[in-house]
Formats: sequence, structure tokens, C-alpha cells
Amino acid sequence: MLAESLGLSAILFVIGVIGVLTRRNAIIIFMCVELMLNAVNLTFVALSRYYGMGGQVFVLFVMTVAAAEAAVGLAIIISIFRHKQTVDLRNINVLKG
Amino acid sequence: MDNYGLFYQFHFYLFGIIAIVAAVTFVTRRSPVAAAMWLVVTMFCLAAEYVMLDAQFIAAMQVLLYAGAIMVIFLFVIMLLNLGEASDVTDIRGVWGKLLAGFVGLVLLAEVGILTRTGIPSGQYVVGRDYLGQQLAKYGAVGAVARPLYRDYSLAFELTSVLLLVAIAGAVILGRKESSSAR
Repeated sequence: MLAESLGLSAILFVIGVIGVLTRRNAIIIFMCVELMLNAVNLTFVALSRYYGMGGQVFVLFVMTVAAAEAAVGLAIIISIFRHKQTVDLRNINVLKG
Repeated sequence: MDNYGLFYQFHFYLFGIIAIVAAVTFVTRRSPVAAAMWLVVTMFCLAAEYVMLDAQFIAAMQVLLYAGAIMVIFLFVIMLLNLGEASDVTDIRGVWGKLLAGFVGLVLLAEVGILTRTGIPSGQYVVGRDYLGQQLAKYGAVGAVARPLYRDYSLAFELTSVLLLVAIAGAVILGRKESSSAR
């Protein structure tokens, strides 16, 4: 089941990338990043059957980093929303030249 | 190659297909709440796949941490900012964004196709056949993950606690109101 797992993981990762590239809602882009992290976790778990327990330990680390990233990222989104009253990336372009 | 029963294979493919369908639905929903719910479906299917791949503890953590904690934060922020209803204009990018996304998707999928054609060495075990099964029988589902976590990766584990502390401090400072920062 290694090939199937890696294929499923790649497809989910591609869906996440396409979501990041096509959506403009900042919260949905964040959720697409979470989907990409999940796809990578599936790769770790699938390969841990062949390469030992290290893969599953790394999944725990990835989950921790994802939780920290979600907390900080959503705090940033909230503070952007306070200034701009929107989370649409079309209206958040102060760094554009 | 390993021999898996028809029952196992059927459920593996079933949860995989549900995960893909839910992920596509998630990316195309306009309402953030509906998108979050479909993402939760994807995460539950991935938890089922983890159970089938001999990672029961990771599956439990997936349900508790991802589907539970992280998605609750997302839904909480959507509720806090009052974004639950879909906006009138679609937020999906125009033709160029879709073309770029389609191109990237095709390239990545072609890469997957090439990789599967060259053949993944699925019969080669580095740690010996049914290593995970032996570990699970010996130490239990939690102990099998906890032993390497606290032995080989203990430094990384400690550094993770620093990361969490920094993240908590950052979230508190970023989320503070402007007026209170003048003190």
C-alpha cells in the first residue's frame, strides 16, 4: 500500500497548492496550507512502515508546528481584519510596488 | 510485495477516494464554514488511513489535534470576524490564476506519474518485515511512538516546547488591542 499512500498524499498536496494559488480568502488559504501539511504527514506515516518509527515521531512534530502556525497566523489575520475590515487579499496590498 | 486482503484494500481505496472528493469540494466552496467542514472530512479520512497504516496513536492525535483543536480555532476565527456567509463576488482568481494553478497541478501530477512508473521499491524493508507490528505488540500503540520520541528525539521535543511558548506569546501580542499597547 506504499505506492497508493504516496499517490494519495501527492494528490492531496496538489489540491492544497491549487487552493493556495486560486483562492483570495486569507482564511481559506490558511486551511489549504493545513491540507498540504496533512498530505506530508501521510507520506511520513506510509514510509514509517519501511524505515522505522522516526516517521511517526516527525508527524507529531509537524502537528505541533501546525498548531503553532495556526495560532500565530490567525492572530495576524485578526489584526489585519481590525485595520482593513476584510480578509480578501485583493484589498490587502500595501506592500505592492 | 505484501499481501493485503480484499477487505483492507477496499477500505483503503474507499477512504482515499472520500478524502480526495472532500478536498476538491473544500477548495471550491465559497463559504468559509462549509470549506472548514469539508476539510474536517478529509482529516477524518486521513485518520482512517493512518489506522490502516499501523499508526493508531497518530490517528488519535489527528482526530484530537487537527480535526479537534486546529479546526476549532479556524471556525472560532471565522465566527469572530463574522465571515460565515459567502461573499457576493467569488474570491476565486481570474483566468490567469486558474491557468497557473492548472499548470502547477499538471506538472506535479506528471511527476507523480513518472515516480510510480519508475517503481517504488515497496518490497524493500529497511527495518525488517512487520517491524511496526512487532513494536506495537511489544510496547503498545502509545509506547511504540513514545520510546523514540523521548530517547532519540528528546532535544527536538524540548525545542518544540520553546516553539509553543514563542507561538503563544506571539499570538497574545498580535491579538492585543491597540489601546492597551500604549501602557
